[in-house]
Amino acid sequence: MLYREAGDFKTTYRDDGQTFPITLDRLGYYAILFVAVLIVPFVINDYWASAVLLPFLIYAIASIGLNILVGYAGQVSLGTGGFMAVGAYAVYKLMTAFPEVSVVIHILLAGGITALVGIAFGLPSLRIKGFYLAVATLAAQFFLVWLFNKVPWFYNYSASGQINAPERTVLGWAVTGPAASPSAKYLICLGFVIFAAWVARNLTRGMIGRKWMAIRDMDIAAEIIGVNPLSAKMTAFGVSSFFVGIAGALLFAVYLGAAEVTEAFGINKSFLVLFMVIIGGLGSIFGSFAGAAFLVLLPVLLKNVLVGVLGWPTDLAAHIELMIVGALIIFFLIVEPHGLARLWQLVKEKLRLWPFPH
Amino acid sequence: MDQLLYGTEVLINGLMTGVMYSLVALGFVLIYKASGVFNYAQGVLALFAALTLVGIMEGQVPFAHLINAMFGTHIENFGWNIPAVFAILLTAGVMVVLAILIEKLVLQHLVGQEPIILFMATIGLAYFLEGLGDVMWGADIKTLDVGLPQGISDVVEQTTANWFGYGFFIDRLDIWATIIAALLVAALVAFSQYTKQGRAMRAVADDHQAALSVGISLQFIWIMVWSIAGFVALVAGIMWGTKSGVQFSLSLIALKALPVLMLGGFTSIPGAIVGGLIIGVGEKLFEFIMSSPDLAGSWFGFTISATENWFAYVLALLFLVFRPQGLFGERIIERV
Repeated sequence: MLYREAGDFKTTYRDDGQTFPITLDRLGYYAILFVAVLIVPFVINDYWASAVLLPFLIYAIASIGLNILVGYAGQVSLGTGGFMAVGAYAVYKLMTAFPEVSVVIHILLAGGITALVGIAFGLPSLRIKGFYLAVATLAAQFFLVWLFNKVPWFYNYSASGQINAPERTVLGWAVTGPAASPSAKYLICLGFVIFAAWVARNLTRGMIGRKWMAIRDMDIAAEIIGVNPLSAKMTAFGVSSFFVGIAGALLFAVYLGAAEVTEAFGINKSFLVLFMVIIGGLGSIFGSFAGAAFLVLLPVLLKNVLVGVLGWPTDLAAHIELMIVGALIIFFLIVEPHGLARLWQLVKEKLRLWPFPH
Repeated sequence: MDQLLYGTEVLINGLMTGVMYSLVALGFVLIYKASGVFNYAQGVLALFAALTLVGIMEGQVPFAHLINAMFGTHIENFGWNIPAVFAILLTAGVMVVLAILIEKLVLQHLVGQEPIILFMATIGLAYFLEGLGDVMWGADIKTLDVGLPQGISDVVEQTTANWFGYGFFIDRLDIWATIIAALLVAALVAFSQYTKQGRAMRAVADDHQAALSVGISLQFIWIMVWSIAGFVALVAGIMWGTKSGVQFSLSLIALKALPVLMLGGFTSIPGAIVGGLIIGVGEKLFEFIMSSPDLAGSWFGFTISATENWFAYVLALLFLVFRPQGLFGERIIERV
C-alpha cells in the first residue's frame, strides 16, 4: 500500500469530496484521533497537560479562528487578545450567574457573545483595508482590556480585580477549578478542538469559505461577481471571533483557573496567535495546528535546553528565546512564506511520486 | 474659569506629548514611503538605541550576562565613562550598522513579497531586537541622562502665574523635545528637498521601478532610509528614555505611534506631525474631561479614568471610517 490515490476508486460524489482523499492520510487521521481520545487521557500527567498539551489545544482553537479571518478572508486582526478576553469574561459571568447550567453550554455561549463583539469591531473593515484595518483592530484590543480592567461588574467586584473559575463538572467529572484532573481538562479541550476543526474545515470548503477566499483575493472583483462583502466579512469576523472566544474561555476556565486581564490577554497574546497562523500557514487548518504546536513546544524546548542542560539563568534564557522566536519568524518568512503547512504539502507531493520521481 | 485654565494646561502638555508621538511616527513614515515596509520594529529600534547609548556611556560590556553565564566569569564594566556627545555619535554608528544588517539579512530576501509578509517580518525583527537589547545590555531599568534639562520650568510657571494667577506646570524636557523635534523635521525636509540623496529617496518613494531605471540604487536608498529611521529612533529613544527611564515599555510607544499614522496617513510627513498633535491633545483632554468629577461627573453622572490606553485607537478608528486614507495620505484608488 503506497501513498497515492491510484487504486482507491471513488464511487460517489461524497467520496470524491472527502477531506483526506488518500487512504494512508485517512488512516493516519483516524489513528491520531484514536490515540488522542482513547490513549492520551490515561497516560497524561500534570506536567505534560499544563506545559504542552492544554496550551497546544487551546491555542490551536484560537489559531483556527484567526486563520479563518486572516488566512481565508484576508482581514488582518491584531485584536485576538481582546476577543479572547471577551470569551473569558463572558464564561466567567455565565458560570457565576447560572451555576446549574452545564459549563459546555457556557463556553459555547461565550463564543457566541465574542462573535457579536467581533462583528461589532469588524464593521469598520467595510471601509478600512490592509494595514489601516490591522491597526484599527488594535482599538478592540486596548479598549476591551481597559473595559474589563475598569468596570468592576465584569469581575464581580472582587477586591483583587482577578477572575477565578469556580468548580464545574461535566458528566460528574470536574473540568474547572483546582480539583479538576489533567485528563478531564485535556478531554474537554480536545472535544472543543475536534469540534472547531471539523466546523472550520467544512465551512471553508463550502460556499461561505469560497466567498471568504474571493474577498481575500480581490474584494472589488468578488463584489462584482456577486459576493456580498458585508455578509462575507461579517461572517468571517463572527465565525473567527466565535472560535477565539471559545479559546479564551477555555484558557481562563480550564487552563489558567484565575486570570488578570492585562496579564493574560494583552497585546502579546494577539501577536502570539498571529505568529502561530503565519508560521503554520495562512489559509490552512493543518497549519493552525502546526503553528500552535511549534510555538507552544519551542519555548518549552528552549527552556529545557538552556536552563536545564546548560544551566543558564532563566531571565537570560527568556531573552534568548525572544531572539530565537524573532529570528525563526524572519527565517520562515524568507524561506517559506506559506508556512509549515506548505512544507508538509511539499513532503506529501514528494511522497506521492516516491520511489519513481521521474 | 479654573477648569478652563486647567484645560489649557492639559492642552499644552498634550501638544508636547503629541510632539513625542510624532517623533516616533516620523520614523515609520520615512521607511514606509521609501520601501513600502510598515516597520513595526520602530519602537524597539528606539529602545535598542537608548539601551546602546546608556551602555556605551556607562562603559558596560556588551553581552556581559551571556559571557558570564557561559564561562562563569564576572565581567560587568570596562570602567570608563564616555561623554554624551561622543556616545551619541557611536550609537548613531551602531544604528547605521544595524540598518545595513537589516537590509542585507532580511529585506533583501523579501523583495517583492506581499506587504503583510514584510510587516510580519518586522514584527519578528522587533522580537529579535528586543531580545538582543536585553542580552547585550541587561534588562534592568536604566536612567539616561545626556544633559537635557529636566523638571518643571520655573519661567513658564512664573509668567503664567503673573498673567492668569495660576502657574502652568510644564516639563522643561518637553519644551526641549519640541524644539529638537522641530529641528529634526526641518532637517529631514531640507534633506529630502535639497540634496541629491534626498531627491533619490523621493524618487524611490514615488515609483521603485522608475527609480531603478534611471540608475538609483534601491539597496543604497533602503540602507540610507533605515539609517535615518534608526537615527530618528535614537532621538526618540533619548527623549523618552530621559523622561521615563530606559526600559521595555519604551518599545510600546510604537503602538502609540500607530494611531498617529492612521490619522495622518502612512505616507505623509506633515501628517505624522499633525496626527501626533491631534492624538496627544485629544487623549489628554479626553482623560481630563472624563476623569474630572466637575465636568464628566456633572454632565454624565459618572467618571472614567486611564482612557489614554485606548482613546487614540478609537479616535483613529472612527476617523478612518470617514476618511480611509487618513488626513494627508494619498488617495486610495482601487482597480480590478
